Amino acid sequence: MDGPIATTAPALELRAMSVRSRQHPGCAGIRNINWKVAPGDFWVVGGMIGADRSDLLMLAGGLLAPECGEQFFFGGPMPLFEEANLAQRLRLGFVFQGGQLLNQLTLAENIALPLRYHKDVSAAEAEADVRWLLELTGLSRWADRSPGEVSVDSCQRAGLARALILKPDVLFMDNPLAGLDAPQRHWWRQFLAGLADGPEWRQGRPMTLLATGEDLRLWRGCARQFAILKESSFVPLGTWAEAQFAAVEFLSEPVFGLGGQEGSC
Amino acid sequence: MPSSERIHSDAVDGRGNADLLSKVCLSGFLGWKIIRFILTLRGLGAFALITLGVLFSRFAVARRLIHPLMVREISRAGLRLLPMFLFLSVALGFLVIGQSVAVLARVGAINYLGTIMVVVVVRELGPLLAALLVLARVGTANVVELGTARALGEVEALEALAIDPIHYFVVPRVVGLAAGVFALTVYLILGALVSGYFWAFLQDVPLLPGDYFRQLAAALSGLDFLLLTCKACFFGFIIAIVTCYHGLAQPLRLEEVSHATVRAVAQSVVACVLLDVLFILIYLLV
Repeated sequence: MDGPIATTAPALELRAMSVRSRQHPGCAGIRNINWKVAPGDFWVVGGMIGADRSDLLMLAGGLLAPECGEQFFFGGPMPLFEEANLAQRLRLGFVFQGGQLLNQLTLAENIALPLRYHKDVSAAEAEADVRWLLELTGLSRWADRSPGEVSVDSCQRAGLARALILKPDVLFMDNPLAGLDAPQRHWWRQFLAGLADGPEWRQGRPMTLLATGEDLRLWRGCARQFAILKESSFVPLGTWAEAQFAAVEFLSEPVFGLGGQEGSC
Repeated sequence: MPSSERIHSDAVDGRGNADLLSKVCLSGFLGWKIIRFILTLRGLGAFALITLGVLFSRFAVARRLIHPLMVREISRAGLRLLPMFLFLSVALGFLVIGQSVAVLARVGAINYLGTIMVVVVVRELGPLLAALLVLARVGTANVVELGTARALGEVEALEALAIDPIHYFVVPRVVGLAAGVFALTVYLILGALVSGYFWAFLQDVPLLPGDYFRQLAAALSGLDFLLLTCKACFFGFIIAIVTCYHGLAQPLRLEEVSHATVRAVAQSVVACVLLDVLFILIYLLV
């Protein structure tokens, strides 16, 4: 979506928000989240397994109802599921861990799905966009395969292509590097760095990216802002340099190792 | 107290306690069952209303994606089951005629063959049998497909893409099953009526084709066509709603899909039979 971006307003702002854990309904979840994401920022939030990273991402993307707090999207209210908010809603893209593709459809059909649904176009009319995204994500060979017939990383890439087909302004990614080998991780970091720098197809406008991960080292030199989830709290750490300084306090966190070599884009 | 009396007394007390306990357990069990039944009914009702709302309010939304899905579902719940239904229609005609000819011939009431075919096949067995077979072939597949989709997070993915899961998953199935059950019911009845005459002919029943079809026409009324249409479409609608509800409307893990399928089949059968009873009452009252 090429919607107007008010450069003065944050792309996303969460004020004093709390969310209950979906996996463990009896547990606290994440409390008192204050998070301001500027347009074009690239954030990565680290956290251990069970730290409700996915819940944070779904909350930030308006997919999960908060217990309390306020949320703003480019200065306005967070677009929820009402028909009137659809145009704003489509400025948000989601990439789930493992892709979460529809198993009855091929990769190409999965990628075309949002375009076909929201623009009401036929498969033939969506083909040019789908082919472009298949080439962009290196999936052209697997276009006619179903998700069960291809590897997890191909599903993950197809999930990325599906999220990008409507050209969102803000992209949420749930643990996109999980389970990938080094070459695949390298491809993802390069690709996301390209999105954050402003790709040609967005006329050089940077895309706002928010990702979660288990190991922040994998994002060094690629993401611009870091945060961690610790003891039901969201802790913004800042840039990598600031995060390294702040990490003295979080050295016990396995998500935040110092001196890791992998990560430069 | 002599030991024998104590034993007797203990036994009486024990039996009393057991009786009391069984009454408490029974009432608790029944109460729990009734509450669960009411909750399920409420859930199904809400799901049906939401689906109808989406069906009508979003009929023109994403037509080029959703309408082909409807056609696919009609094919799946109708066209592809046609060979099995043709076989069953022949068997049904044979069952009804085979049994009734012997009895009717004994009492000299062979002229009621057409009437019996209308009462048994058109009003009762045809729609119910068609619904149960479609439930077995398509309804179960619905629960498994949707339950798996739910367990694998496909529903969340659709919501994240701002695609209404009811519109994408349920509406095509509701339309497909309603149309499919209706079409298959018509084919089943037609096949059974024709094969019924064929089996009567093979049993040397002195009945000309014209007389047989005159008997059928005389036994049929406009109300039969109206109620048959309503009944078949409602059966399809109910099967779609119950199976989609159990597959989609509540969070499932993969290992729960089989239980959800069993529940959906049982509830669909009960719902179809109850609806059939309602239509019998309408027949009796009108």
